[in-house]
Amino acid sequence: MKARIFITLKPGVLDPQGKAIHHALEGLGFGGVNDVRAGKLIELELADGTEDKAIEDMCRKLLANTVIENFRIERLEGAQQ
Amino acid sequence: MKTAVIVFPGSNCDRDLAVALEQVTGRKPAMVWHRETELPEGIDFIGVPGGFSYGDYLRSGAMAARSPVMGAVRDAAARGVPAIGICNGFQVLTEAGLLPGALMRNAGLRFICRQVPLRVENSQSLFTSQYEAGERVTFPVAHHDGNYQADAGTLERLEGEGRVAFRYLDACNGSSNDIAGILNDAGNVLGLMPHPERVVEPAHGGTDGRRLFEGLLETVGV
Repeated sequence: MKARIFITLKPGVLDPQGKAIHHALEGLGFGGVNDVRAGKLIELELADGTEDKAIEDMCRKLLANTVIENFRIERLEGAQQ
Repeated sequence: MKTAVIVFPGSNCDRDLAVALEQVTGRKPAMVWHRETELPEGIDFIGVPGGFSYGDYLRSGAMAARSPVMGAVRDAAARGVPAIGICNGFQVLTEAGLLPGALMRNAGLRFICRQVPLRVENSQSLFTSQYEAGERVTFPVAHHDGNYQADAGTLERLEGEGRVAFRYLDACNGSSNDIAGILNDAGNVLGLMPHPERVVEPAHGGTDGRRLFEGLLETVGV
């Protein structure tokens, strides 16, 4: 089974990279972009039956730095509680 | 004073730190590879050096903070053994939870490599006893991710408890409150982005960093 981990900066944490992307979009003439936040996507190939709790532990212990980042787990197939 | 320098794949200031420690203490530090699970017996001081451990993969310092040797570093720090994390070492110590907050991409997005003026904010710590409070010193910085961020409560605590050891005098990277270096709760762990080990002899173009190591030697003893 696969899971996708979306890692995003917490609201209020300054995102200089997002700002630079925003600026570049404006430079290319794209109007109407109010804000840009950049994050990460990590795809995991997991053994069938891996529990949500285990994936959450992976996020807390390594994949995200919860001081500055939030994470969201999306199971793509074989969801199991 | 028996010292140890931790070496990760991608560390590149480990030798600079070792030379500085040897000059000041008269003894060669033990160089401890990241896969070790124990530190040499009777270590009085641990240095976590600068560099680009694990190529800065995932987040700067994230992989190094989870490497086997960090368990031993954590245990030693909990026993009160003084430890310093310089540059990538600071990132590693925050990722390992030994220091609060996080080091993010510089606000200007550029890698900064130059001399920066700093103010010594706390001259009472293990590391800064040879400096005057409020003294201006110049250390080099060389980093891409030196933008110190922590939540408002943490910043308030750091400021209120005198745990900001060094502050930038020119806002070079966007750090909250211009924080360049902080102490842990117990005062035996210091993390800072600037490099004191690169200014320990006149040939380096400055000697402002030398007193940090001399102060340690004095407080920790031989």
